[in-house]
Amino acid sequence: MKARVTVMLKNGVLDPQGEAVRHALGALGFDGVDGVRQGKVIELDLAEGTTEETVTEMCEKLLANTVIESYRVEML
Amino acid sequence: MHAAVLVFPGSNCDRDLAVAFEKAGARVSMVWHKDTVLPDGIDIVGIPGGFSYGDYLRCGAIAANSPICGALRGHVDRGGFALGICNGFQVLTETRLLPGALRRNANLKYICKPVDLRVETADSAFTAGYSEGQEITVPIAHHDGNYFAADDTLRALNDQDRVAFRYVKNPNGSVEDIAGVLSENRRVLGMMPHPERMAEPAHGGTDGQAMFRALIEQLATA
Repeated sequence: MKARVTVMLKNGVLDPQGEAVRHALGALGFDGVDGVRQGKVIELDLAEGTTEETVTEMCEKLLANTVIESYRVEML
Repeated sequence: MHAAVLVFPGSNCDRDLAVAFEKAGARVSMVWHKDTVLPDGIDIVGIPGGFSYGDYLRCGAIAANSPICGALRGHVDRGGFALGICNGFQVLTETRLLPGALRRNANLKYICKPVDLRVETADSAFTAGYSEGQEITVPIAHHDGNYFAADDTLRALNDQDRVAFRYVKNPNGSVEDIAGVLSENRRVLGMMPHPERMAEPAHGGTDGQAMFRALIEQLATA
């Protein structure tokens, strides 16, 4: 089984990389991009029976820094 | 005074930090990241700059979960001293031994240059050799030094006089120009600038020397 973890900077935490991407899109002529947030996707190959609770614990302990990042877990 | 300097794969300021401690009069033991205990009688643990574990996942995140950091946590919990510089500061925030986090620099660039810092408090073993309000010049060399802390954390840091240094001219976007912070018991300091790289005349300046001298003096009499 697999899980997908999406880690994003929290709302309100400035994302300079996202801002740079937004500027670059504007420079390429894509109008109307009001905001870009850049995050990361972590895919986990897991032993059968691994619970979402365990994956959440992984996020809290390592995969996300909850001071500045939020995360979302999808069990696939 | 006996200092331990932690060595992670990718540390690159470990020897500089060891020399700074030694020149100030300390005995230094280098401690490998896979060790689970610190040598007996360690007064202070230095967590050096560099790129531990290639900065994978987040700067300092993997190092914070390495075996030696369990021993570091025990040392700090017992009231031991710790000094984290640059990547060492990132490790200390990732272990939550210090509050806040270090984000990518606001201008997205790796910045390597001397900067002016204002000493915000002389009330710590690290900063006792400076006077409050004194300006010192120390180099920075980082890509992720943009300090962030939530509003309530910032309030606590200010109320408890725990901001050790602020940038005179903010190079990286850090909230409230913060360059270094102290723990609640004032025995753990994390800072992005490198005092160990400004510790003898050949470095082009000696403003960092006072930190190591003050530490040796304060800890020798402790």
